[in-house]
Amino acid sequence: MSSLALRARASMASPYFTSLATVALLALLLGAGGAAYPGFLSLQVLLNLLIDNAFLLVIAVGMSFVIISGGIDLSVGSVLALTTMMAAWMVQVWHWPPLLAIAIVLSVGAGFGALMGAMIHYFKLQPFIVTLAGMFLARGLCYLISINSITIDQPLFVSMSQTQLPVLDGYLSPSALIALLTLAGAIYVAHCTPFGRAIYAVGGNQQSAQMMGLRVARTKVLIYAFSGFCAALSGVLFSFYMLSGYGLHAQGTELDAIAAVVIGGTLLSGGYGYVAGALSGVLVLGTIQTLIAFDGTLSSWWTKIVIGVLLFVFCVVQRALALGARR
Amino acid sequence: MTSLTSVAPVLQLRGISKAFTGVQALNGVSLNLYPGEVHTLMGQNGAGKSTLIKVLTGVHMPDKGQILLEGRAIRPASTLAAQNLGISTVYQEVNLCPNLSVAENIFIGRYPHKAGRIDWRCMSQQASTLLARLQVDIDVERPLASYPLAVQQMVAISRALLGSAKVLILDEPTSSLDDKEVELLFSVLRDLRQQGMAILFVTHFLDQTYAISDRITVMRNGEREGEYACSELSRVDLVNKMVGVPAAAAAAAQPTADVANDTVVAAGAKADGRLPIFLRTLGLGRHGSLAPVDLEVRKGELLGLAGLLGSGRTELARLLFGADKADGGKIAIHGVERQFAGPRDAIAVGIGFCSEDRKHEGAVLDLSVRENMMLALQTRMGILRAIPLKRQQQLAQHYVQALGIKTASIETPVGALSGGNQQKVLLARWLVTEPEMLILDEPTRGIDVRAKQEIMDYVANLCRKGMSILFISSELSEVLRVSDRIVVMRDRKTAGEYPRNALDESSVLQVIAAGASHA
Amino acid sequence: MPSLTLQRPAAAPKTGSLTMFLHHPLFRPVAALVLLLVLDLLLVPGFFHLEIKDGHLYGSLIDILNRAAPLILAALGMTLVIATRGIDISVGAVVAISATVASMLIGGTMVLQDGVPTYVANTPMVWALCAAMGAALLCGAWNGVLVAGLGLQPIVATLILMVAGRGLAQLFTDGQIVTVYYQPYFFLGSGYLFGLPFSLYLVGGVFALTALLMRKTALGLFIQTVGINPVAARLAGLRTALLIFFVYVFCSACAGLSGLIISANIKSADANNAGLLLELDAILAVTLGGTSLAGGKFSLVGSVVGALIIQTLTYTIYSLGLPPEINMVVKSVVVFLVCLSQSAEFKNMWRALRTRANANKGEAA
Repeated sequence: MSSLALRARASMASPYFTSLATVALLALLLGAGGAAYPGFLSLQVLLNLLIDNAFLLVIAVGMSFVIISGGIDLSVGSVLALTTMMAAWMVQVWHWPPLLAIAIVLSVGAGFGALMGAMIHYFKLQPFIVTLAGMFLARGLCYLISINSITIDQPLFVSMSQTQLPVLDGYLSPSALIALLTLAGAIYVAHCTPFGRAIYAVGGNQQSAQMMGLRVARTKVLIYAFSGFCAALSGVLFSFYMLSGYGLHAQGTELDAIAAVVIGGTLLSGGYGYVAGALSGVLVLGTIQTLIAFDGTLSSWWTKIVIGVLLFVFCVVQRALALGARR
Repeated sequence: MTSLTSVAPVLQLRGISKAFTGVQALNGVSLNLYPGEVHTLMGQNGAGKSTLIKVLTGVHMPDKGQILLEGRAIRPASTLAAQNLGISTVYQEVNLCPNLSVAENIFIGRYPHKAGRIDWRCMSQQASTLLARLQVDIDVERPLASYPLAVQQMVAISRALLGSAKVLILDEPTSSLDDKEVELLFSVLRDLRQQGMAILFVTHFLDQTYAISDRITVMRNGEREGEYACSELSRVDLVNKMVGVPAAAAAAAQPTADVANDTVVAAGAKADGRLPIFLRTLGLGRHGSLAPVDLEVRKGELLGLAGLLGSGRTELARLLFGADKADGGKIAIHGVERQFAGPRDAIAVGIGFCSEDRKHEGAVLDLSVRENMMLALQTRMGILRAIPLKRQQQLAQHYVQALGIKTASIETPVGALSGGNQQKVLLARWLVTEPEMLILDEPTRGIDVRAKQEIMDYVANLCRKGMSILFISSELSEVLRVSDRIVVMRDRKTAGEYPRNALDESSVLQVIAAGASHA
Repeated sequence: MPSLTLQRPAAAPKTGSLTMFLHHPLFRPVAALVLLLVLDLLLVPGFFHLEIKDGHLYGSLIDILNRAAPLILAALGMTLVIATRGIDISVGAVVAISATVASMLIGGTMVLQDGVPTYVANTPMVWALCAAMGAALLCGAWNGVLVAGLGLQPIVATLILMVAGRGLAQLFTDGQIVTVYYQPYFFLGSGYLFGLPFSLYLVGGVFALTALLMRKTALGLFIQTVGINPVAARLAGLRTALLIFFVYVFCSACAGLSGLIISANIKSADANNAGLLLELDAILAVTLGGTSLAGGKFSLVGSVVGALIIQTLTYTIYSLGLPPEINMVVKSVVVFLVCLSQSAEFKNMWRALRTRANANKGEAA
């Protein structure tokens, strides 16, 4: 085999191949949209991708960490809803200062995640079932606070909702900016700090990581705490977007986040993937939705089908690559 | 090599004892490790090698005894603690993170920093330098998993050396390496030895021991059998010490001499070759685990497979049973060529296989004695035709009695039984299927003497009734006692085939110990 | 070196029938159910009141059994999947699909028969039901191929159908809720046979069939073996791939039947909400019933009891006038407790705390 073919074969066998595939897919989708619909590739349409999906991006970032470490967190959607409800209650009913409310809900989110992480690590419980129960708990607590939605009209929230940060010809919302900053921070942690590398190590082989002297317990608890924090932050951003706290918010968001992370190239089995994949995955999901909206004739549930198909393709390809690498 | 009389040992083990519930794993083991030597720890499975290493590296705490590092008593409580003290270990499975890059695996936990961030470039450079010292020149930024195991071990060694290790322990590092890779590893070890490193090398490969060791400690049944300078111990003596019959046990084995005589007579009748061949292989092999083997097993014959651990006995057994797929060669049953896509096919033609790893490959711990026994028979009968409960109870009771299985009832979960009784249950599982050939891989390992006797007598009886048996055991005396014919294996290929009365123990040892062409 | 830490230390059977009774794996779930029923007896007036009305048995208990039917079916299917160390989170989506297929095919158009306006099914009900079950079986086969054939992790494989399945159902119905007008269809969900709800007969039938399959054939033994020790299973000659394929098909079949009962009950199919969170309840029911998520020995009766516990809990909360959202909180706490009780590390910690407490008591004394 020629050296070029060998190199191509080698890079295809690399687990990071699917990350590149996502970017290619994104370019393809955007290109297809631009070709089919006039005005698709306008700046604002692209910026809207970020604005509308800012909250999903933040959750996907937290989810990336969890999945890279070999776990999963099904509670994030419910924590998001709980956050919006708690924030709305504190700000609208108790009239607490908004920054205090935000600080509290972020801590609660992180604490909730840390608790689940501790249970998962110290009692060797499966992340799937623990975060599943957490999902029930958070959603239930949300409804206990209020079964109806609470509208938020607090000035800070409203201003965050309406502010437009100028970017070239278009604008970006503060939420989108916060989401991008969170992404940047997470990328830094994942690639430049020992904690970030410990996440990859734990996802690669937890036992080896333990034997190499890494503090696995601390890492795992922090990972879930971070995921909870991201869910809470996402809730804050969502409450800016929707200006309400409601128990029915973000139903199924955890699945969207998982789909975004997987499509972004992170292996569900752990150890491989880029945090930046969260961005490409979220953008792919957002683009699909935008394409369907632009088309006008396709119903919105085509999104679910397409996401399912994409998930299938990516999972099967990842699996095939893993099997091929073993030969 | 340093003169041993003038230098103090860097590591001393004195009277280390360790017991697990009911089993004395280590009994008063002592060891001295000097700087600038390669000291090999040898012994068969169950001898206590791995337990000793685990005690050294902080996985287990010894019940009795002392560990002295450079004269100071230490009690490492974890692998990390042992590492920090200067005892670095490289394991057979490497124990690194396959998804991280080579450089990262070396430096994880002690990254070079620059301005608060990990300095990747510095790390890559340092990693390359470290590996160059071990004569390894690779792209350190690629994931560890993209390199073969031999390279991964070099990376593990680099990591071990990074922390100013005083003692380097290599636990069975060569099991998955080919000859070239082993030679590379050895040249690295020789360099390290020259630089004054104390190396403890655990292996069961004879040739490698003689290629690299300065001194050898032989372990057997949890005790230190002896410590010898490599140049003063002949191969035959070494094998003898590892698997031969100690004088006391040889005397105790006398009463069975009558049984042995019976089998001599019977074997004489069988050895004339008039019995039909049940199974024949031609060039059966698997890349990386077994060189092509030609084998014949006759009906009603007890064929013993002798050899040391790693000689390929289990690999051969698994190929015969279809548990692994052969790369080349043929198997013929009753003269008809067969392809075994999996164990199911082998069971269908009447072969049974009692694996040596009964905990992971045999016993279904939560199921009852009865259910474990019926498993193979039931799979042969298919899903729809369930064996009636009464018949199951009958069969189970029969074998509980016949094999002397100590259990409260046939409904007791197998996990509650002792090792010996579990083994008997697994044996019963295959006996129930009335196989034409039964492969027994180390059926008596870790079992008390009486149970051993019971099992072996039962097995010999089966043979007389017409069942073929392929018997694998590390206990040479056992193999010699019961086998009609013995095939000796060494270094993953057959090394000789002998009818019963052509062999005694020392000649088998000679065959096993005879050096391979590449030393 | 004989290692003596067994993977799953099994307790030797203790003598004495009382201890045997207490240690029976079904004891805890049944006790929990009894506890709930006692609570109901004390707190809910007329809970155990049964009467014959309109020719059939009527009362809270019947209500609970009726409503629990879809969950019991889903739990039965889920039990076998979990026993093989797998999981199926697509159950809710399969419910939506089967409900949708049946509802759309049956529908109901108004027709004048002998001057009386009656509804007739768009497709003969038998074919519609077959089609719905067929769709469910296809879903199960899909999952089975992904897990047994491709070797995908069960949660990954079933996640795909969970995401896409509902979308498919919505595609069929164009996002609308499909109402069924055909009278005989309602019988599945709300009909009565010999005084008892018809759905109970369906559940009873499936339970009996499953129990028979597990006992009278070798399936029960094989599924347990695959779950406890897949390596030993293969070496004993089991066709593990086929078994795993089967359990996923079975699970989806049960989900399909659940979907039919649900849509018959509400006389419509809502692709968005039908069977929502049903998989989570099913997993909870199985875990409550004593089957370990790690696979191996399973209990069909336990899963039925688990499903009844969940349904009784829902009913109790409703009857007590408590906000129904408490349901979710209680369920999550129960899941935590059950998981902890299955964790060896937790049990060790608990034991260590107890011995230390006893030691302190002993010192103080």
